[in-house]
Amino acid sequence: MTTAEAVTTVTPQRTTRNLPRIYALESFYELLKVVRLPTFILPTLLFPAMFYLLFGVSFGSGKTFGDTGVATYLLATYGAFGVIGAALFGFGVSCAIERGQGWTLLKQASPMPVSAYFVAKLLVSVLMSAIVIGILLILGLAFGDVAWQPGTLAKMTGVLMLGVIPFNAFGVLIGLGAGPNSAPAIANIIYLPMAFVSGLWMPIQALPSFLQQVAVTMPAYHYSQLALKVLDADAGGSTIIHLAYLGVFSVICFTIAIALWKRDEGKTFG
Amino acid sequence: MRKINPARLPATTLHNITKTYGRGKSATHALNSINLDIRQGEVTSILGPNGAGKTTAIKLMLGLLQPTSGEVSLFGSKPHDPVARVRTGAMMQIAGLPDTLRVEELVRLFSSYYPAPLALDRILDIAGLWEVRSRVFGKLSGGQKQRVMFALAVCGDPDLLFLDEPTVGLDIETRRSFWAQIRRFIARGKTIILTTHYLEEADALSDRIVLIDKGEVKADGTPHEIKATTSTRCVSCITSIAAQTALEHPAVQDARVNRARLEIATSEAEAVVRHLLDLDPNLRDLEIVGAGIDEAFLQLTHDEAPNHSDLVS
Repeated sequence: MTTAEAVTTVTPQRTTRNLPRIYALESFYELLKVVRLPTFILPTLLFPAMFYLLFGVSFGSGKTFGDTGVATYLLATYGAFGVIGAALFGFGVSCAIERGQGWTLLKQASPMPVSAYFVAKLLVSVLMSAIVIGILLILGLAFGDVAWQPGTLAKMTGVLMLGVIPFNAFGVLIGLGAGPNSAPAIANIIYLPMAFVSGLWMPIQALPSFLQQVAVTMPAYHYSQLALKVLDADAGGSTIIHLAYLGVFSVICFTIAIALWKRDEGKTFG
Repeated sequence: MRKINPARLPATTLHNITKTYGRGKSATHALNSINLDIRQGEVTSILGPNGAGKTTAIKLMLGLLQPTSGEVSLFGSKPHDPVARVRTGAMMQIAGLPDTLRVEELVRLFSSYYPAPLALDRILDIAGLWEVRSRVFGKLSGGQKQRVMFALAVCGDPDLLFLDEPTVGLDIETRRSFWAQIRRFIARGKTIILTTHYLEEADALSDRIVLIDKGEVKADGTPHEIKATTSTRCVSCITSIAAQTALEHPAVQDARVNRARLEIATSEAEAVVRHLLDLDPNLRDLEIVGAGIDEAFLQLTHDEAPNHSDLVS
C-alpha cells in the first residue's frame, strides 16, 4: 500500500484495535512494574505480615480480646490494613508518581483507552490485596489460634476484598490530587494514624473514648467493623450504616477524582 | 468514495485558536487567535522563544488541552477522537517512563494501542535500540531514554508524528544521530510537527518553519524564506581598526573584536567594507557571511534590531 492510498482510505478497520489485548497487556505490565519495585512490594506485602506475626501470633498467643483469640481478631484487622495499604500505595502513590514523570501525559496523548490505565491499576491492587490476605491466612492458620470453618474463611476473604472499592477510590483521589513527591508522605500520614484510630492494630474498645468517637468518622473503622462482624467481634454498629458509609465515601472520592482528572488537562503549559 | 488529493487535506488545523490559562487579572494568553494548517507529507517546525506557546499548540492538536475559543481538527476529526488518535504518535517533554520496565516491554505496550503497529524488531531498528532492548528504562543513558520515547512515538506507524523538543539536553553527536533517525521516518512520507530550541535543527530537518512569539504567528515559510527576512550580514577581517572606531559608521549595528578579528553586524555590507578599506588599506582576510537562521530568528522575535554580541554567542 502506498502512502497516498494509506491517507485516503481511512476505513473503519484502521481504527479497530484489539481492546482485550490492550487491557491484558496494560495489566500485565502494571503488575511487572510493581513486582520489580521492592520499595513497593516489601512494605505492602511484608509489613502487615510482620505486624501480624509479632502482635497477633507471637505476643497474642493464648490471649483473647473478649471471646475472640487475639490472632483470630487481628487477622481480620490486619487484613483490612493490608488491603488499604495496597490501594493507597499501589494505586494512589504510583498514579501520582507517573503523573509527575509525564508517563500519564504520554498515555493520554496516545490512543490508549483511559479506562485501560485504571482497570490495570485496579486489577493489580485486587491481586496484591488477595496476596496479603492469603499470607495472613496462612500465618494465622499455621501458627496462630485461627480455626475457621471453610464458610467463615470464604466470608472473611470476601468482606476484606470488598475494601478494594472504597480504598482504591481514595487511592485515585490521592494519586490525582497530590504531587508526585508529597503523595507517599500524604498516604503515610493518612494511612498509619487512620489504622491506629480505627482499631486495626488493637481493638477499638481498648482506645480512649475520644478516639473511639473519632474512629466513627474513619472509613477504615467501618470497613474493619464489617470484617469483625464475620467473627461476631465487632463493636456492635449496624451493617447497613457501615456499608452506607463506605458507599457514600466511594462515590465522593470517585466524583472528586474525575474532577481532578479533568483539571489536570489545563494545568501544564509552555 | 470521493477522491480527494490527500496532499491538499491538512493533517491538522488550528482555526482561530485562543488559549488562555487562568482567569481575571492573572490570565495568561498562551495563544492569541492563531490559524495554522499543517500540510500532509511535510516536516513543519514550530519555533519560538520559551513560553511562546509552542507546547500549547501541540497539546491542542493532540487533544490534551481544550482551546478557550476556536476549533482544532486532526485528520478532519476532533483531536481526542480515537479515529484520529490512532494515526498520530507523540514525543513529549516528559521526565521519564517507569524505571522498572524493559525497553522492549515499553514498546510492546505502546504498540498494542495501535491497529497496525510496526514489528517490534523494526521499531528497535528505527530507534537504534537493539543493544539495549532488554535493559530496564531506569538503567539507560539520557540519549537512549530519548530514543525510547522516539520509539514509542513511531511504533504505531503514525501518519502524523509530533516531536516536542526531541533533542533537548542531548550532546551534538547524539543529536545528529537522532536527526538521522527522524530523516529515516520522514523518508516514509510521513507528516512531522517538530518544536525545537535548536534553530539549526529546524533548519536541517524542516520543509517549513512557523515562528510563534507571544502567542502569535510571526513568520511562516521555508527555512530559506525565513532566512531571507533578515538583511543583516556579518563582516569580519583582520585589521588595526578598533571596534570603537568601526562603531562610528552609521551603518554598523554592532562591532567587536573576537580572536584578533574585527566582527561587524550590518545591513549595508558594501558601504561598510568600503569604509573599512579606506581606514585601513592593509586590512586582510575579509569575510562577509549572510545571515543564518539564528539572525532571522532574533530579528523576528525582537522588536529592536538584533545585537551583534547575541549573534555570535
